[in-house]
Order: sequence, then C-alpha cells, then structure tokens
Amino acid sequence: MANPALAKTRRFDTVAVMFSLSANKRVIEALAELGRITLLAREAVLSLLKGRASWRDLLYQIYFIGVKSQSVVLITGAFTGMVLAAQTYIQFHKVKMDTATLAVVGVSMCSELGPVLTALMVAGCVGAAMAAEIGTMRVTEQIDALRALATHPVDYLVVPRLIAAHIALPLLTVEAIFIGILGGYFVSVNLLDIEPTYLLANMLKYTHQADLVIGLIKAFIYGGVIALIGCYKGMTCRLGAEGVGQATTEAVVYASITILIANFFLTLVMGKLVGLL
Amino acid sequence: MIEVRDLQKSFGAQLVLDSVGFRIENGESVAIIGRSGSGKSVLLKHLIGLLQPDTGEVLIDGENIVPMNERQLLRVRRKFGMLFQGAALFDSMTVAENVAFGLRRYEHLTEAEIGQRVAGALEMVDLPGTENKKPAELSGGMRKRVGLARAIIYEPQIVLYDEPTTGLDPIVSDSIDQLMVRVRDQLKVTTVMVTHDMRTARRIGQRVLMLHDKKIYASGTADEIFASQDPVVRQFIDGVADPKENLP
Repeated sequence: MANPALAKTRRFDTVAVMFSLSANKRVIEALAELGRITLLAREAVLSLLKGRASWRDLLYQIYFIGVKSQSVVLITGAFTGMVLAAQTYIQFHKVKMDTATLAVVGVSMCSELGPVLTALMVAGCVGAAMAAEIGTMRVTEQIDALRALATHPVDYLVVPRLIAAHIALPLLTVEAIFIGILGGYFVSVNLLDIEPTYLLANMLKYTHQADLVIGLIKAFIYGGVIALIGCYKGMTCRLGAEGVGQATTEAVVYASITILIANFFLTLVMGKLVGLL
Repeated sequence: MIEVRDLQKSFGAQLVLDSVGFRIENGESVAIIGRSGSGKSVLLKHLIGLLQPDTGEVLIDGENIVPMNERQLLRVRRKFGMLFQGAALFDSMTVAENVAFGLRRYEHLTEAEIGQRVAGALEMVDLPGTENKKPAELSGGMRKRVGLARAIIYEPQIVLYDEPTTGLDPIVSDSIDQLMVRVRDQLKVTTVMVTHDMRTARRIGQRVLMLHDKKIYASGTADEIFASQDPVVRQFIDGVADPKENLP
C-alpha cells in the first residue's frame, strides 16, 4: 500500500524540480537577452563611430522625441514640484524650517526626480512608440525591405533614435527641473505664504551645480536605455499583432525597471565621485 | 549568375528546404512554383541573404554569400531589387520618398536628379503623378507597382519577385505581368519570381522550377513544365485538390 506521506513528498520534489528548471530557463533566457541587447548596442556604437547614420533621420527623431513627450514631461514636472513643496512644507513647518522648502525641491528635482520621472514618462511615450513602430515594420516586412535595399537596420532605425534620445532626454529633464522648481515656488509663495527671498536664497545655497550635473548625466544614460530597449524589443518582436503589443509593453516595463535600478547605483557612484556621499 | 548548392533550411524541428540546388544564368527569367507553404518565399529570401541556411551555399556571381555577415551582405544586395509579397512600402514615407530610398542612400545626386529618376521610375510602372501620396492611400496593385519602382530605380542586375500577383484581381494581375515583362526586357535584368499563379509563371518564366516536398521536384522550360504528364506537376498546374487532403 502506498505511503501517503511519501507520495506527497515525491509530488513536492517533482514540483520543486520543475520550478527549478523553469527558473533556470528564465535566468538563461534573461542573460541571453541581455547579451543580444549588448550586441545591438555594440553594433550601434560601431555604426555611430563610422558615421553611417543620416543627419536628416537624427533631426527628425530629436523632433519626434521632444514633441511627443513635451506636454507629459511639463505636467509631470510641474505637479511633482508642487506636491513636493507642499509635502516638504508640512514636515519642515513642524521644526520652523519653512524657508528650506524650495531647497529640498531644487535638490530633489535636479538630481533625482527630474531625470527619473522624465525618463519614465519618455519610456511610456517614446519607448513604446519606438517598439511599436519598429515591431510593425518587422511584421510587415519593412525591415526586410530595408535590408534588401542594402541598408543596415541598425544604421537606419537604431542609431538615429539612440543619438536623439541621448540628446533629447537631458533637454527634457532641464525643462522638467525648471518647471518643477517653478511649480514648487508658486505653491510655496502663493499657497503656503513662505517669504520668497529666503526661499530662493536657501534654494541657491543648498542646490549645487553637482546636483544638476548628476541629473543631466543620469538623463543622458536613461535616454540610451529607453532607445536601446525600445529598438531591441521592436526588432525582435514576434510576428503578428499580439507580438507587437507584447513588445510594446515589454519595452516600457523593461526600460522603467532598468531606469529605477540604474538610478540607485548611479546615485551611489556619482555621489561618491562628487563627494556628496 | 545565381547558384544554389545543397541548401537546407529548417525552422525549429520543421525542415522546409532539403538539398535544394539550381543555377540561374545572367539575364535569365525563372519562375519558382509550388504549393502554399512549400518554402518558395523562404528560398527566395536565401538568394538575397535575408535568411541564412542551415547548410549549403548560395553563390552570387561566384561569391558565396552564406558566410557573410549583415554588413558584408549589403554590398551584394546592391545587385538586387526585390518586390515583396505585400510590397513592404515604408508607411511613414510618401511614394516619392519610398522610390527614392535607395538612390538617396547610395548615389550622390541632387534633389532635381532624384526627382527626375523617381518620375521616370513611376512612369515606367504606369503611376505618374503619385509622388506625394502615402502608401495607405494606394490600392494593392498600386502598392506593388510602387514597390517595383523602388526595386528597379537603381538599376539592379537581379530582380526578385515574391508572389507579385497574389491578392490582386485578374486585370491588375495582368498589368503587373506586363510590367514585369517590360522590366525584364527593357532593363535586361535577371528575374527570379516566386508564384503560384500559373498564368504569371508561364508569361514571365523562361524556365520554371517546381518546389515540392522540400526539394526542386521539376525543372524545365515553361512549355515543358506545362506539358508535363508527371502526376504531381499535373495536379499543381491543373489546380486539382487531392481528395485525401480535403478540408473538413
């Protein structure tokens, strides 16, 4: 007669083995994907160094990324600055540090919230659009047509988007930082009745050039992350409408996660480098 | 000259082409026929390096393109023009921009010269004055014509057609056939066409290759193939369904 306890243990072992195999497969697939993205980045850098991309395509992509993300970046920046000012005031008012409100907004917007939120918004708009556009081109044989017309898809599709994102992201970040601080100033002065002279003086005193530089370096890196993942997902998407949809979703999710993880390490590394940590 | 030797290709566990071999001389016009899903388009894509075989060789003017990487292939592909099954026009561009694509990237011409060449190519495919239209505004037949204009504008040595008349009505198909004959005769190009349209195969193909059961099953002049008494060839040409394969 079968031992029920033994049977249960065997079942558990089988499930554990299957789970372990599935986990191994996932890790291998994730590493393989990382390798393929790295190879794409390498090909893009080589193409860039040899000047194979066209200026015309690059300008169009800068315009496309800038215009497409304009409103969303401005709204995000403004309301983040405003809510940050309100929240900081609520805490600082308890210890009579009201006039330091805009300093917190300034530092946070420059080094963290400006680049990260801008990048997340751009990943949602532009990264998704890149994956969808390139994915549709793949499904409708337009990428094969490019290749048949003796054009390397990386030269034509990836490099202009990559450079454009590297250029546009810092510009959009500056815009988000500026509008965020402006929003914070507006809330502090008009709604919270904080003295503007001390508010601005403290902001200028505690917000250093290094904060802005860190923010811009981060934005530059995130631009590359968004473009590279968006292009990669588009170029490798499965055929059919479902494949394009999945590629679009994955482009946004992967880019967002990468940005958030990278942000932590960049903050640590750059903070050490400029002596803030 | 195109030569294929012992080509084998599988997708996953499914073998699509097995020991396929043939040779196409310069200026020759060849139709590759076969049933849907027999691997005709896969074979055509190997000729231009869009797909890599598992084993075998593809020689273009004596040069084996199989070991080449994507960048090395670009040089070889300039010898080719290709019309895709769905035309594969670039959606974001106008007709003129589509047609001028190859010229802009590889020939240093002024805008006026490009405009002239585009107008000439569109004239040749009987679509003058459509320069500013977008692909979405064109019918299926017009899209194929624009695709053909894009493929021939830089005067390639070899033109590949992937199902050029599929999905078109008989009258438009006839006009596309005439166009292919015009391109073949005026530009003196090597033509390789994949089709299951027997009328097109007969009109364009000086030689016909039939792909069946993963191999080149029959080869000969169009007249020889169409007069063949081989049951497999006959069944395909006559378009008779196998009773055992009737759909439920």
